[in-house]
Amino acid sequence: MIPKLMQSITLPVARAETSRRQFLLGALAAGTGVAIGYRILSASPALAGEAATESGSHAFSPYLTIGGDGKVTVLSSQFEMGQGSYNGIATLVAEELDADWSAIDVIGAAGNIKAYGNIAFGGTMQGTGGSTSMSTSWERYRRAGAAARAMLVAAAAAEWGVDAAEIAVENGVLSHPSGKSGGFGAFAAKAATMPVPADVKLKEPGDWKLIGNAELKRFDSARKANGTEQYTIDVKLPGMLTAVMIHPPLFGAKAKSFDASAARAIKGVVDVVETPRGIAVVGEHMWAAIKGREAVTVEWDETGAEKRGTPELMSTYRDLAGKTPAAFARKDGDTDAAFTSAAKVIEATFEFPYLAHAALEPLNAVARRNDDGTIEIWGGHQLPDVYQNLASEIAGVPVEKVRLNVMKTGGSFGRRAVFDGDVVVEAVHVAKALGFRAPVKVQWTREEDTRAGRYRPAYVHRLKAGIDEAGKLVAWSDHIVGQSIMAKTAWDGMVQNGVDPTSVEGANNLPYAIANQTVGLTTTDVRVPVLWWRSVGSTHTAFAAEAFLDEVAEAAGRDPLEFRLSMLKPDSRHATVLKLAAEKAEWQKPLPKGRFRGVAVAESFGSVVAQIAEVSVDGDGIKVERVVAAVDCGLAINPDQVRAQVEGGIGFGLSAILGEEITLTDGKVDQGNFDMYTPLRIDAMPKVEVHIVASANPPSGIGEPGVPPIGPAVANAAFKALGKRIRVMPFAKSLNA
Amino acid sequence: MVSLTVNGSPHQIDTDPATPLLYVLRDELALNGAKYGCGLGQCGSCTVVVDGEAVLSCMVPIMLLEGREITTIEGLGTIDEPGPLQEAFIELQAAQCGYCIPGMMMSAHALLRRNAQPSEEQIREALATNLCRCGTHMRILAAIRRAGELMQAASLPATDQGRVG
Repeated sequence: MIPKLMQSITLPVARAETSRRQFLLGALAAGTGVAIGYRILSASPALAGEAATESGSHAFSPYLTIGGDGKVTVLSSQFEMGQGSYNGIATLVAEELDADWSAIDVIGAAGNIKAYGNIAFGGTMQGTGGSTSMSTSWERYRRAGAAARAMLVAAAAAEWGVDAAEIAVENGVLSHPSGKSGGFGAFAAKAATMPVPADVKLKEPGDWKLIGNAELKRFDSARKANGTEQYTIDVKLPGMLTAVMIHPPLFGAKAKSFDASAARAIKGVVDVVETPRGIAVVGEHMWAAIKGREAVTVEWDETGAEKRGTPELMSTYRDLAGKTPAAFARKDGDTDAAFTSAAKVIEATFEFPYLAHAALEPLNAVARRNDDGTIEIWGGHQLPDVYQNLASEIAGVPVEKVRLNVMKTGGSFGRRAVFDGDVVVEAVHVAKALGFRAPVKVQWTREEDTRAGRYRPAYVHRLKAGIDEAGKLVAWSDHIVGQSIMAKTAWDGMVQNGVDPTSVEGANNLPYAIANQTVGLTTTDVRVPVLWWRSVGSTHTAFAAEAFLDEVAEAAGRDPLEFRLSMLKPDSRHATVLKLAAEKAEWQKPLPKGRFRGVAVAESFGSVVAQIAEVSVDGDGIKVERVVAAVDCGLAINPDQVRAQVEGGIGFGLSAILGEEITLTDGKVDQGNFDMYTPLRIDAMPKVEVHIVASANPPSGIGEPGVPPIGPAVANAAFKALGKRIRVMPFAKSLNA
Repeated sequence: MVSLTVNGSPHQIDTDPATPLLYVLRDELALNGAKYGCGLGQCGSCTVVVDGEAVLSCMVPIMLLEGREITTIEGLGTIDEPGPLQEAFIELQAAQCGYCIPGMMMSAHALLRRNAQPSEEQIREALATNLCRCGTHMRILAAIRRAGELMQAASLPATDQGRVG
């Protein structure tokens, strides 16, 4: 691909020309200068309300400001990594505010736990994770919109000398039957000084115009379609330097010494500094830093570093999986007795590798010490309070002197929610090492992003099932072996009785009526840094359970769909999505020759998703042709974005099972760039259709729940196509075995 | 000193001529649409169009580009005056995080200049270099088909659709 493209530039192609071009360039020149750089960024508030005074808009609450021009700016507690949380929150505010959708913008907020604490996390910490953005925002941001509306109405009533009850609000305009009318901008200044109503009445669902509106387009679409969306990588501050990192080649190793003399001689290299997390090569710009990086030699102290490779680790895990679990996450009935009396017992072992998040925007952050002594950090602050505290410690300033600018990011998938603050901490360390003489952007290269850690942990599952004479599933056990994500972190307290809930979620809450079941867990001690990865535990638990259930159905001689439904209450959410997916995929109808299908269902983050995958045989492997999904995520605030998230989840999950794997040789990560760790390319993406179950329940998760069912649905279809069970990920490993 | 023509404007670049175009676009010309994703021509986030062909700007030293016509995403239209590709990507809601989108659109731009009615297979092939991690592939395919339709509907010659370059 590269040679072809490189070659292509030597081919002269006739040039287009003309006056139209000149016109367009004029428009561009006017537009881009404003959109790029510090001016816009400085309007991102670290503290709610602060930006309001800076930009001439008026703060109604920590949640929104309205400008004299009528522009409504929502301050989002939830971070935007592409999943549409900003859009969902904007929808909630705009609905209750009766705002003009085209006048809405959203920026990230931080620095006020009381206002922005995630209710799903207990309200004591701000953060984006666990697909909670809509559930934590559902009441909070509708109320914020309704309160601001009431304040605008009160201001207009006072100005016009009329009864507030007679004022109507629609599409950003207040009006009175007398003919008086005015936009939000005309009343913003006065309204912002009105008392914030303690209680507001929210709209009835029948009056919603934006919530549930499938035609509503994302407010940020235009910026994303013309390259002006601002990510951390685009942050440019006056005098800013750019650093790339050299991290230890082994997890747990530390730099003993380094020689940067050759690097310093390279034009554009400004400095090479050491941080507790690695060596930073600082350049005037990224390319200089990259060139400098190649010229630095480092001697590493590997004492205590993790030196085991994937073969050793997986062998250990397999051995452990055959032994008694160290802890139990579920024990129902008497599994031992049920296995003994079962007519048939089957067993299988499933293996899952480490996975990289591989967001397209590699990790980055920008740190600067301002003239007033505050430390300001731009980045994808997915856990802002954590980063604020860490930065305060490193820089030696009080927490309130650390200002965070929450940037939108080119993906995250969990990667930017870390307790050690990794790249954010590095940016502060590097800025400090430079004596805070210039703002610094730390930009990981793709290779660092792949190799420097934080992976979906590797796991082995040992499953066993007992069936009675009638083909009924009477006993089930699942033994999970792998690292804990939360142990030894700030969330260590979540680990109870030896069970990290993120290791077993999706396994210890199976919806099926199985009288005797156990879910065991053996947590391993490995120094490879791990993290939540889009849909977390369910990335492996749902695969193991739903793929093995298919094996059980096969052993019992039952249809996989009927088998599942026979163990579910007919009106349950699981049965509902299964039946909807089956209806839309025409499960009962035979497929054309050469097509095969598989089904799976999984609950994660409060939502339930069923998927039916259709595959064909492609050489030694399979090609996924079509996926039909049905989702119950409670009320769908933005139905089109719900569909987009399930589509995306399917792409993301499929990518992992078909081709993703981080492996280690003697402790060193084998993969570096996308040539070796290759996410799904567009030629392998199947056709996807998503059906949403109508629901009046409060919104539950949607960013992640589309991921878990795709792996087992495809594996189950692959068995029909190839007669082989897929038990070792990625697929190629099973098919070549 | 290297002379570059980007979106119709001439620029004199005083930097190491071996520097790949991507870094010059971003760090010297303040054109941030092309993104760094891999630096190795593996993800397509940095795609621009050079003399009508999709090129991975992270791999091409600027010294090879003198006298050539470089088009970046910024050359396809503005928010107020979107080009057909931009209109289609908005209509089909093809962006999630949006990081890959400029590269996707530039690959599509090069394709549609050659062929305003590509088959799905041709689109998939033309975009094989471009990674999308959010999983919006199907919408991107649909948006490119739609952009081709918009170009046809506008009855303009396909070669003039990007407006620049």
